[in-house]
Amino acid sequence: MSEQNLPLWEVFLRARNGLAHKHVGSVHAGDAAMALQAARDVYTRRGEGLSLWVVPSTAITASDPAEKDMLFEPTASKIYRHPTFYKVPDGVGDM
Amino acid sequence: MYTQGLLDAKPGETAPEDTDRLARFQARIDAEEKIEPNDWMPAGYRRTLIRMISQHAHSEIVGMLPEGNWITRAPSLRRKAALLAKVQDEGGHGLYLYAAAETLGISREEMVEQLLTGKAKYSSIFNYPSLSWADIGAIGWLVDGAAIMNQIPLCRCSYGPYARAMIRICKEESFHQRQGFEIMLTLCRGTAEQKAMAQDALNRWWWPSLMMFGPSDKESQHSDTSLRWKIKRFSNDELRQKFVDATVPQGHFLGLSFPDPDLRYDDASGHWLFGAIDWSEFRRVLAGHGPCNHQRMKQRREAHDEGAWVRQAALAYARKQAKEKAA
Repeated sequence: MSEQNLPLWEVFLRARNGLAHKHVGSVHAGDAAMALQAARDVYTRRGEGLSLWVVPSTAITASDPAEKDMLFEPTASKIYRHPTFYKVPDGVGDM
Repeated sequence: MYTQGLLDAKPGETAPEDTDRLARFQARIDAEEKIEPNDWMPAGYRRTLIRMISQHAHSEIVGMLPEGNWITRAPSLRRKAALLAKVQDEGGHGLYLYAAAETLGISREEMVEQLLTGKAKYSSIFNYPSLSWADIGAIGWLVDGAAIMNQIPLCRCSYGPYARAMIRICKEESFHQRQGFEIMLTLCRGTAEQKAMAQDALNRWWWPSLMMFGPSDKESQHSDTSLRWKIKRFSNDELRQKFVDATVPQGHFLGLSFPDPDLRYDDASGHWLFGAIDWSEFRRVLAGHGPCNHQRMKQRREAHDEGAWVRQAALAYARKQAKEKAA
């Protein structure tokens, strides 16, 4: 039997108050309400979270792993962006 | 293990122009880097993982059947609630694993199709019947025990999505084995008849549990590649021995005996040595001729067919909502 495929949704979960939503997995569902329901059943059977987001997988734009060096390597040489680059004399105390 | 049917994978073949990429890939694996879905990977690595993860997922889903068989007949509300939660977990584990396999480019529908047409394998263990309540104890203790033994090293699998799914599964599964052992312990401390039930279940589940680890290393042609790619961390025989060493003392604690006259502790090696496994039975069951293969597949196909209208209705509703929103 040929059936139309159920769309894929990415699931994000806030584990505790004060934390950001974090990607935990994905589910298939016809619409957003059913995706939320499925995400609740699949990813929160043991009190794992307080809040769920579901996002259509097609709505996500990702960087290309092949461009990883071009995108992220330049920051490696900018050590002056880190506090340890600067010297503070002992007498000054914590800064 | 849950991926015993990997017998026809053919990892290792690569186009000549990929030699450099293959070397870089192997270097990443050797450096314990995780491989992620959009990274370059050899075709054999991708195919082996798709097969392995989908077979694992199918095993979780089909594995719901022998235990689901006892939910309505559990001896107490406590046992029923625990068994229901366990079977729900197996369903959830199947879904995490299907999602992990989908990151490799196979669709959910394709995998379900492979299971329902018999093209894909699932673990041979789920083709044995659960005849008495004691079998629920034996399944939790032995089958989940064997599964955990296999799954803990898979948490370090080189493929990121599989490793992450396994971490979640292992966390959730630690209660499964304990609830099984508790059922066995209760039966063993009960009447003589109850203890005999537990012994009967152990007698029937022991050898199939050992077969779960798959063919012996001598016969398993693909283990080397899987180990080199860090898909697997231990060979079938190593994991089987770990399981036997861990489980035999637990069985003796229960006051039960194992259906193996050759089982003995070897002081020199510190291992429990066990008798020969009947591999002809293993191959027979894997080929579809176990006691319950037919019934399991029939139930899965019925469940899929009877759910078709739900999937269709959900999509029709989504289309209608989208149209109303657009209007």
